[in-house]
Amino acid sequence: MKHTLSVLVENKPGVLARTAGLFSRRGYNIESLTVGVTENQDMSRMTIVVSGDDEVVEQVTKQLNKLIEVIKVSDLTKESYIDRELVLIKVAAEGENRMEIMQITNIFRARIVDVAPKSLVIEVTGDEGKIHALTCMLRQFGIKEMVRTGRLALGRGPKVIASAKEQVG
Amino acid sequence: MEINCAKALIKSLEYEHVDTIFGYPGAAVIPIYDELYKQGSIHHYLVRHEQAAAHAADGYARATGKVGVCMATSGPGATNLVTGIATAYMDSVPLVALTGQVPTDLIGNDAFQEVNITGITLPITKHNYLIREASEIPQTIKEAFHIASTGRPGPVLIDIPKDAVTTTMKFEYPKKVNLPGYKPTYEGHPLQVKRAAKAISEAHRPVIYVGGGAKMSGATEEVRVLAETVMAPVAMTLMGMGIMPADHPLSLGMLGMHGTKYANYAVTESDLIIAIGVRFDDRVTGKIAGFAPNARIIHIDIDPAEIGKNVRVDIPIVGDAKKVLLKLLSLIRVTRRNEWNEKVKAWKGEFALEFEGGGLKPQYVVRQLSEICPDAVVCTDVGQHQMWAAQYFNHKHPRNFISSGGLGTMGYGFPASIGAKIGRPDETVFDIAGDGSFTMNCQELATAVAYDVQVKVAIFNNGYLGMVRQWQEFFYDKRYSETKLTEINFVKLADAFGAYGIRVDRPSEVAPAIREAMETPKPVIIDFRVAPEENVFPMVPAGAALNEIIDLKSRKGDR
Repeated sequence: MKHTLSVLVENKPGVLARTAGLFSRRGYNIESLTVGVTENQDMSRMTIVVSGDDEVVEQVTKQLNKLIEVIKVSDLTKESYIDRELVLIKVAAEGENRMEIMQITNIFRARIVDVAPKSLVIEVTGDEGKIHALTCMLRQFGIKEMVRTGRLALGRGPKVIASAKEQVG
Repeated sequence: MEINCAKALIKSLEYEHVDTIFGYPGAAVIPIYDELYKQGSIHHYLVRHEQAAAHAADGYARATGKVGVCMATSGPGATNLVTGIATAYMDSVPLVALTGQVPTDLIGNDAFQEVNITGITLPITKHNYLIREASEIPQTIKEAFHIASTGRPGPVLIDIPKDAVTTTMKFEYPKKVNLPGYKPTYEGHPLQVKRAAKAISEAHRPVIYVGGGAKMSGATEEVRVLAETVMAPVAMTLMGMGIMPADHPLSLGMLGMHGTKYANYAVTESDLIIAIGVRFDDRVTGKIAGFAPNARIIHIDIDPAEIGKNVRVDIPIVGDAKKVLLKLLSLIRVTRRNEWNEKVKAWKGEFALEFEGGGLKPQYVVRQLSEICPDAVVCTDVGQHQMWAAQYFNHKHPRNFISSGGLGTMGYGFPASIGAKIGRPDETVFDIAGDGSFTMNCQELATAVAYDVQVKVAIFNNGYLGMVRQWQEFFYDKRYSETKLTEINFVKLADAFGAYGIRVDRPSEVAPAIREAMETPKPVIIDFRVAPEENVFPMVPAGAALNEIIDLKSRKGDR
C-alpha cells in the first residue's frame, strides 16, 4: 500500500541527498518525492510517497527520524489529508481532435498553456485519481511528453506539522 | 580579537577536552598541523596509514568511553579512513573524523586530491559536515562531539576546505547546540517498563540477551543485579562480552553462530527474552523463525529504529539501558527459578566448551593468556582467533574486550590496541590476531615503536585465512581457494621495526613466552605457530536455527 509521508527538515545543503540516499541504501521504493521551503525559511517540507506494508513504512519513518536534520515525520495516510500534483502534458492535436481535447480540458478544469499547430500543452492540478483519468482520456490522441511534480500533501484541519519550538511561537 | 581559523579549530577541540589525535598529514591539512605544532596542547600520534588512525581512535574510544579523534588529508587520506569509520559506525563507537578538503572554489572541479568524502561517508556516519564558512568551525565541532557521544553513539565526519583554515575569525566557543531534529530518548516509557516488570514476574524461563548498548550506557552493574534478582541467565553478544563475568554462575557466555551450545539452547527454550542494547544481528539470531520461538521479547534500546527491525517485539522500551534498568529494578522482586536454573546448569556441564589436545592449540593459548594476564585489555582482529578469544578468555570487564563486530574488519585489532594502550597506558593490552589480519596493518609496528606504545601482539599463525578455510572445509569440500598464506617470519618483522619478536611452537613454551612479552619493555609480537586446521566450535551454519548447532562431537559423528 502507498503511504504519503510529510517530512519537515532543516533547510540545509545535503538534506535531500541524505534522505534520498537512505531510501536507496535500505531498499525502500520511493514513488515520488517533492521538496520545497516552508513558511519558515530555515525549514523545508518533503512529501514522500512510499510503497510498502506497515512494517516497512514504520522502519522508513524511524530511519528518517534518525537523520539529524529531519525534524518531524508524519504519515498522512493515517489521517485526513489533501494531496495535489501538477502535471504538464504535451498532446498531439490536429484537425478535429483539437476541439475534443479542449472540451476534455474544460471538463477536468485543466488549462491549455501552449498552443502550436500540431500540439497543445495542458496544465492540470489534482489528486492522483483526476490526473489518472485525464491522462487516460488524452492517451487516444497521443501524449508526446509529460512531466509531473510529484505529490504534495497537507493534513486537513487546523493541526500543523511543525517542530515543538515552532508550535509554541 | 581575530584569530587564525586553524587555531580556532584546535581551541574548539580543547574545549571538547581532546588531548589525543591519531592522524596523518597532507597538503590540505598543513595549516591545521601547523597550529597543532604551535599550540602543543594535543598529543598527535602519527600513524603509518590513515586506516590505522581511524581504528586507533576507535580503540581509544572503546577503551576509555571518550570520543576518539582522527584526522587525514583530502582525497586518498580521507578515503583511507573509510573502513575505520564504517567499523565505528557498525559498532556505535563515538568518533570524530576531521578531513582536509580542497579550497572551496575548487570543490566540484575534480581538483588534485579532491574527493566528495561527505558523499562517500553518508551511509557510514551518524552525521557529517562540510564546512562552508570558516565561522562555522566552532559550532560544527560542538555539534559533532555532541552527536557522536550522545544517544546511540557513532562517527561524525567534518570536512574542512583548506581556505576555511587559512582565514581569521573572531573566536567564541558556543555553549549550546541547537539541533531541533536530534533529541534522543533516554527515559523509558513508564508504562512499558511496568509491563516489562510484569512479564518478568510471570516468566518461567527468562534469558537476558545483552550487548554493546548496555556496555556503552555503563549498565554492567544493573544487568548483573537484574540477573541475580530474577535468576535469569545472561547471554552476551560479541560486543557485550564481559558484562557478566565469564565465571559467574548465571553467565552463558556468547550466543549466536559461534556461541556456546548452552546459550543457544537457553535462548531457544526461553519463554522471555530480555534484550538490552542489542540489535538482533543475523550472526546472533540464526534463522529468525527459529529464534526463541516460544518467547515473548522485551527490547530495551536507545535507538527506536532497532526495535522491531529484525524480530517482532512484545514490549518495546526506547531509552538508555542504565536508566531503564534502574527503573525496572525498582519494580521487580527477588525470584527463585530453581527448575530453570538447574536445567541451564546441566546444559553448561554437558556442553562445556572443549577442544582436543595435540599440538599447539589456539584455544590453549587463549586460556594461558587469560590466566597469566586476567585483567588485560584484549583487542582482536577478525576471524577464527577472534572467536577463540571471545570464547576462551575469562572476560570480566566489558571495556576490556575490543573487537570489530558489525563490520568484521580484518586489520582492526592491532591499530585499535595501540589506541587502547594510549587511552589506558597503565594496563596490559594484548592484541590477539591472525596471521592474515595482522599483516593487513602490520605497518603500525612503526607507530607503536615510535611512541613506545608497549602493546603485546599474539599472532595465531596457522598459515591460512582460517575462518574462510573452515567454511571451505565444511561447505565447499575442502577446496581451499586462495586461503593458504605464504609464511612470514614475524620475529624478523618485529625486529625490522625495532619491536621484539618471540616464536612459539610448543605448548610448553606458551606461558614463558607470555611472561617474557609482559616483562619486555617494548611492543612485542609472539608468533604462535598454532595447529593449522583447527576449527571454531560450536558453529551454527549460516541460515540454520540456533539449536541446530554443530559441536566437535557432532562434527566427528558426521565423518
